[in-house]
Amino acid sequence: MSFLSYLINGISLGSVYAIIALGYTMVYGIAKMLNFAHGDVIMVGGYVALTVMLNLNANPFLAILVAIVVCTVLGICIETIAYRPLLGAASPLAVLITAIGVSYFLQNAVLLIFGSNPKSFQSVVTFGNLNLAGGALVVSDEAVVTILTCVVIMVALTLFINKTKAGQAMQAVSEDKGAARLMGINVNGTIALTFAIGSGLAAVAGILLLSSYPSLTPYTGSMPGIKAFVAAVFGGIGSIPGALIGGILLGVIEILGRAYISSQLADAIVFAVLIVVLLVKPTGLLGKAVQEKV
Amino acid sequence: MMKNLNKTTKDNLITYGMVIAVYIIVEILLKAGMISSLLQGLLVPLCVYVVLAVSLNLVVGISGELSLGHAGFMCVGAFAGAFFSNSVKDVITMGGVRIFLALLIGAAAAAVFGLLIGIPVLRLRGDYLAIVTLAFGEIIKNVVNVFYVGIDGSGIHISMKDKVSMGLAADGDVIINGPQGITGTPKDSTFTIGILLILVTLFIVLNLINSRDGRAIRSIRDNRIAAESVGLNITKYKLMAFSVSASLAGAAGVLYAHNLASLQASKFSFNTSILVLVFVVLGGIGNIRGSIIAAVVLTLLPELLRALNDYRMLIYAIVLIAMMLFTSSPAGMAFRERFSLKRLRERTKEQKEEQ
Repeated sequence: MSFLSYLINGISLGSVYAIIALGYTMVYGIAKMLNFAHGDVIMVGGYVALTVMLNLNANPFLAILVAIVVCTVLGICIETIAYRPLLGAASPLAVLITAIGVSYFLQNAVLLIFGSNPKSFQSVVTFGNLNLAGGALVVSDEAVVTILTCVVIMVALTLFINKTKAGQAMQAVSEDKGAARLMGINVNGTIALTFAIGSGLAAVAGILLLSSYPSLTPYTGSMPGIKAFVAAVFGGIGSIPGALIGGILLGVIEILGRAYISSQLADAIVFAVLIVVLLVKPTGLLGKAVQEKV
Repeated sequence: MMKNLNKTTKDNLITYGMVIAVYIIVEILLKAGMISSLLQGLLVPLCVYVVLAVSLNLVVGISGELSLGHAGFMCVGAFAGAFFSNSVKDVITMGGVRIFLALLIGAAAAAVFGLLIGIPVLRLRGDYLAIVTLAFGEIIKNVVNVFYVGIDGSGIHISMKDKVSMGLAADGDVIINGPQGITGTPKDSTFTIGILLILVTLFIVLNLINSRDGRAIRSIRDNRIAAESVGLNITKYKLMAFSVSASLAGAAGVLYAHNLASLQASKFSFNTSILVLVFVVLGGIGNIRGSIIAAVVLTLLPELLRALNDYRMLIYAIVLIAMMLFTSSPAGMAFRERFSLKRLRERTKEQKEEQ
């Protein structure tokens, strides 16, 4: 039974990684850049939700809504100020460094406003743990909500990308920017929309993560950010089902590794599995191999 | 005499000269007591970062592969070197000799890791390569974090669980103590040794770049397929750049370790790798002298901004973004093109000729 409970915890953590990884993967697919500031958007979302809940005594749903809106706006601002000017830059590294700059900026801005002491996050899910199999298996309500949210987001996003005009435009831009522009697609607008969706999802992921692991500091976002980035690569960067599979596998491996092998080596195990996967399938589990033309 | 030298040699001599000049000036200022104790404490870290930046530039700039795990090699070097110094503390008492040997050992250990990691990693390309180097860096940090090594009469004991399971005799010494790392490393690092290490690093890197091998490495960066079709062994040259860079990072780690009373693996996190990458990119990818200047300026910048207290890291971040937008964005480049002095001079000359 304990294995089952670890497994559920793993899937729940993995669902959070998957939601964050979606943001990475969509941005990478469309702008071909690693958005290192993505993890810090999660942290900002957490602080916003906490502030709304504590100071305005608002109910959690309002807090979630405010956090999503703030993060979405933040995502668009980051894209417009720091990334868009570098769209035609000669070196892809330039935008990587501004992403790092944005990450430092967010961390230190939050540090100035809220201080470095860890804040304890209030769970937004409060309907109580589920007792299954006559009390032998306890599933936390956070885990249930996290997994369900992840499924809903995945389905919604897949529908959005395949069925709506804006989603099709995203696919077109990620395929070929120049051709998309000639077809009358607003390329900059589409990229901004991608950032907006990714950042909104990051807010959701942040709140879910903090509901299960309630310690919030200005640096809370960076490790989940890196892990989610790993998850995105694991599943094949640019692929949405890949992000889901990569995220969940990563979460399960991490929790099982922590439980059965060594709690200190859990991260090392996650990264080792990533390396093995990439050596066997160099473009990730679901990534498309791009043939090089001479 | 300068006229007879070709452009690269002249360029390299300027780089060496710059380092030596800075050394002389700093030494004079030190003797005159004009450097604050805060800055004095920064001198060795500055050397460490310069060596790291130059060595990372060999991979990122010359070989054209993005590596996000440089701190991992630094970690290997630091622990190997500090372990050596700690275990021979009583045998070799001359600090200079001890750190020289430690530097060799640290560099060798890091080079071995560079080779081992490079063989699988260099099969990958682009962002995938970057993520795997990141993963290796994190693995090294995590594994070193659970390492326990001790010495007693019967030899070296290693454990990955805890202090007790090493089975150390009562008179044994615990040298690497898991998450607490190494304490009591002799403080052998000095500014002079740091500068010497920078000069050796420059000598190795600049000579490699301008050698036949270096040209091969650069040609692979510029066009892999063309390089392969003229018969260059891609793996060999990539591995060469990668492991030389790793061993230099290891040497930098040794210097770093001998400057600190206690050393933990957690110091070599992903953020350290990123910090060094920032030096390389801001200094100009592939530009060795730029790396040196960027490493010095960006290490000093937060200290110079100390008066601004809490705001300094915020300003650092803004400076980073602004600098990148100014130097790399198409709009920023057009702006510099319009207002650069060189262009202005050319334009006036053109106008004169027209008249």
